Amino acid sequence: MSTDTPTGGGDEAPTRAELAARVEELEESLAAVTEDDSPPKLSIVATKGTLDMAYPPLILASTAAAFGYEVTVFHTFWGLDILHEERSKNLKLSAVGNPNMPVPNIVGALPGMDRMTTAMMDKRIADNDTATIAELIETSLDMGVEFQACQMTIELMDYDEDDFYDGVTTGVGAATAIQDMADADIQLLV
Amino acid sequence: MNAEYDIAETLDVKGASCPMPVIETKQATDDLAAGEVLEVLATDSGSVSDIAGWADGTPGVELLDQTDDGDVFAHYVRKTE
Repeated sequence: MSTDTPTGGGDEAPTRAELAARVEELEESLAAVTEDDSPPKLSIVATKGTLDMAYPPLILASTAAAFGYEVTVFHTFWGLDILHEERSKNLKLSAVGNPNMPVPNIVGALPGMDRMTTAMMDKRIADNDTATIAELIETSLDMGVEFQACQMTIELMDYDEDDFYDGVTTGVGAATAIQDMADADIQLLV
Repeated sequence: MNAEYDIAETLDVKGASCPMPVIETKQATDDLAAGEVLEVLATDSGSVSDIAGWADGTPGVELLDQTDDGDVFAHYVRKTE
């Protein structure tokens, strides 16, 4: 029964030495928690496969790695194309659906317009000395970024595991991504 | 050039744009010994804020100085540990 609350009786009060020992014990366990010197973590989920949307996850991943972060990028759906060695070199920029494009949507929808806007962007990337998608992937891999290719989407898209850059992790699913996100200091969906 | 520091290495990233100046600075500091100073020469104006932010958020490196001669931004980073 829980009715036996301590009443008076100096016997049960901890001594000063016991309290001091207890404080020391708590300080040690607090130090163990706060003196965690494991690196900070970034978890990105990359879902888009257009040229413009391939850049942000790669730039953030490689930069975070430069800050000493442990980085995982989980690629799913069209985001898988960023890791696909062939397709990553031919990512397209859509001429429609972006009001910042120099042509109205109705013109952008004409045949060949995506090819034209993509060629314009590719030229700008080259002229501006902006890293290519392939360069950013190689650099990120060198810096220890872990790229994960969602197994379910690999099968859905009928890709082969050999289609991806060397060093890409396959055979992972949503549970892996959730685990990474739970452990991470920063989580981003791109 | 900066006479105040004994520069161990110079990294030339002129022409390169975000995120490469920071990435290459990080890779170059990895090769330094503790105490050595890296000079980074960049033309990307974003490198001023980016390299300062990187040095501030990264253990083991310290930004000593940043200069700007109008065309080229020079950054001086010391590896501290």
